[in-house]
Amino acid sequence: MSTTTGQRPEPSTEAASTPPPSLPERWRALPLPARNLLGAAAALLAVIAFLAVTGDLTALRLATVGYTFLAIAGLQLLVGGSGQISLGHGAFMMIGAYSMALLVLHLPMLPLATNLLIVVAVSAVAGIAVGAATARLHGPYLAGATLILAVGLPGIAHRYHDLFGGSNGLNIRTVGAPPFLDGIVTTSEWRALVVWFTVLLVLAALATISGGRLGRRMRAIRDDETAAAMSGIPVGRTKVVAFVIASAAGGLAGGLQAYVLGTVTPSSFSLVLSLTLIAALVLGGIGSLWGALWAAVAIVYLEVWASDLAKVMDLDHNVQHNLPIVLFGVVLILVLRFWPLGLHGGLQALRNRIARR
Amino acid sequence: MPANRRGRHLARAAAAGALALVMTATACTGAGQIEEGVPADLDVAPGVTDDSVVIGAHHPLTGPAAPGYLSISRGASAVFDYVNEQGGVNGREIDYRAEDDAYDPSMTIDVTRELVIRDEIFAMMGGLGTPTHSGVIDYLNDEGVPDIFPSSGALAWNNTEVHPLTYGWQADYTKEAKVQGEYIAEHFPGQSVGYLYQNDDVGVDSQAGLDQYLEDEVVARQHYESEVTDLSAQIAELDRAGADVVVCSCIPAFTAMGMLEASRIGFDPQWMVSSIGGDTATLQGLLQEFTSDTPAEGTPADAFLEDTLVTTYLPRVEDPEDEWAQFFIDVYEEYGGEDQITNTHIFGMSQAVMFAQALKSAGPDLTRQALVDALENEEWRGPGHVPFASSDGDHGGHEGVFVVQHQSDGTQDWVQEARVTDREDGPIEQVEGFDRATPEELEFHD
Repeated sequence: MSTTTGQRPEPSTEAASTPPPSLPERWRALPLPARNLLGAAAALLAVIAFLAVTGDLTALRLATVGYTFLAIAGLQLLVGGSGQISLGHGAFMMIGAYSMALLVLHLPMLPLATNLLIVVAVSAVAGIAVGAATARLHGPYLAGATLILAVGLPGIAHRYHDLFGGSNGLNIRTVGAPPFLDGIVTTSEWRALVVWFTVLLVLAALATISGGRLGRRMRAIRDDETAAAMSGIPVGRTKVVAFVIASAAGGLAGGLQAYVLGTVTPSSFSLVLSLTLIAALVLGGIGSLWGALWAAVAIVYLEVWASDLAKVMDLDHNVQHNLPIVLFGVVLILVLRFWPLGLHGGLQALRNRIARR
Repeated sequence: MPANRRGRHLARAAAAGALALVMTATACTGAGQIEEGVPADLDVAPGVTDDSVVIGAHHPLTGPAAPGYLSISRGASAVFDYVNEQGGVNGREIDYRAEDDAYDPSMTIDVTRELVIRDEIFAMMGGLGTPTHSGVIDYLNDEGVPDIFPSSGALAWNNTEVHPLTYGWQADYTKEAKVQGEYIAEHFPGQSVGYLYQNDDVGVDSQAGLDQYLEDEVVARQHYESEVTDLSAQIAELDRAGADVVVCSCIPAFTAMGMLEASRIGFDPQWMVSSIGGDTATLQGLLQEFTSDTPAEGTPADAFLEDTLVTTYLPRVEDPEDEWAQFFIDVYEEYGGEDQITNTHIFGMSQAVMFAQALKSAGPDLTRQALVDALENEEWRGPGHVPFASSDGDHGGHEGVFVVQHQSDGTQDWVQEARVTDREDGPIEQVEGFDRATPEELEFHD
């Protein structure tokens, strides 16, 4: 996915007018949305190619990486971009997932694309409600307020047992690959494709936002709220907008999760999920959307690799089953000790060192 | 800049093309409108070689649900080790792979796929939990993987129209509750009854059965959420309502918690506990754990459990005269872990025995179809104390329960013989002509 460099805001574009344009210059001359979309298309091709050479199990995991990536990307925009810390991101995933499940159960005739749009709308509305209420809070106070959301929301599924199915949650079945792709694409692969198509489309939008005026305003607020206000940036509104974008991304990720897994339960959206998302973002690198990708890969694959490793090493049962959790912690500590900017920061430092030689 | 424009066109074309593809694919049909596909081919035998057969299961081996339920897979594992030691089944060793899903449905889906795709399991045996197993039951049936004896009493497993390859195991919650309701109506006539139940299908299905006999006697219906480890409000309400009998449709941790809380406030009802929360050996351990560092420390667990009525359908460790109970105790001694055997172990061990029995009946030419045929035609003769349904569109598993009462010295009295019923409003009948085989008679290994 090397072509997605467009997702990083380029420092300047003043070099675009030299007479014989070289390839990188031509690339830079493209408007940001086009660059991001091209990058997303290339990434989608890479995903398709990857799916073609791997099997069904990888397809499921790839889909998991996809929607986790989206959720963390939204969080990155919020935390890394605007400096607001949310510990309740999992709650928005839950809102999205339950919206999706309820739509499929009660309005089965709606196509998936419509469902996803509704899911985005619902979670954006939830984001506006929460964001407007918490816009005056910052730092630990905002973290505390959003923490309540992560702790409290699963309770609603228990309280309204008939609608949300209590602790057993809701099970849905959704259509698989369209008939004309029968035999070419399996249902799991199709789902992974749908997920990545949606995720990359939204990521192109997020990268564009991040690189544009709104992103600049958010970073100004992150660095110094007073200075930003004095420069004429509407602080409160920008913060709410950032919160709403993050909520919508989280909700959409939840909706995609419900689509892939076909089951939603309150226990999947516990406080642990919200904390894992933010811990993984720190691990991946809080300063860039790329960090969100590494974070998603880490969440999904560290666990898989750790349990495979434990099996190979033939450890005691208790050790074996707790190894994944320990490994995640150890990796997080090590990465932060040696690469304070996360995996992405580390990779960048590495690249710079190689470029200098 | 023509190249630039071409690039832009290319971007648009790619995006539009991809968008169009997804739109056409998803726009015409609703996301929830499923067409029934062709049934999977069962004349296959993945995971089977001449000398081994791989079977899988999902269990909570870590996380909050693990302490209570870890014993099930350990028990099953011990029996399969025993079977393999005897030469396996039809010359094949059973390779039992219990994967950890931490009782998290999204992890269940992942480990189940891993089992089916990578490990190529022949069948799923004893996948644990209602919310967890619900998420994979469609997948298993679509893929043609026999889904044998899920470890849960949900009614959903017995639905042969939708899930023909799923064979229930546990006496479902409604059947069990009907027998409980009848017993209470007969032995405690006119007394006030309170329900304490887990707020999911356990509670709903149990009440459906209890209410058929106790609707007029009920004075309180209290539920708990498995995430909230406090029962003080519920027990206080049961006390206030004056319940003489409390029916606890709870998992072990909450049965123990309820009994402790009741004794703390001086409320002493007659307890009636379902099989899922009535494993007294597990309860004793929990009671000991919960009373440590409290004023009740040192109180023997049997003091709390005295007179408690428990419904069950399996052999019990409290009944060592029973041949199967003795057999399981011996097997676990030799092949199990260092932990003490409980009735939860026996749950998994009984599953393993009956699975091995079906595998034996399926014969040496093993295919999934052969296993399904064997299950449909099997004449079940234990280890359970009640008849077992796995044919003719009824995959309900154990058809009823019997009632035991815990004594202060730790023994248990058998107070009502096994009775069977259905999950609707059919009558409750005594079991006739059910002849249990001994461990030596039953053919479940070579």
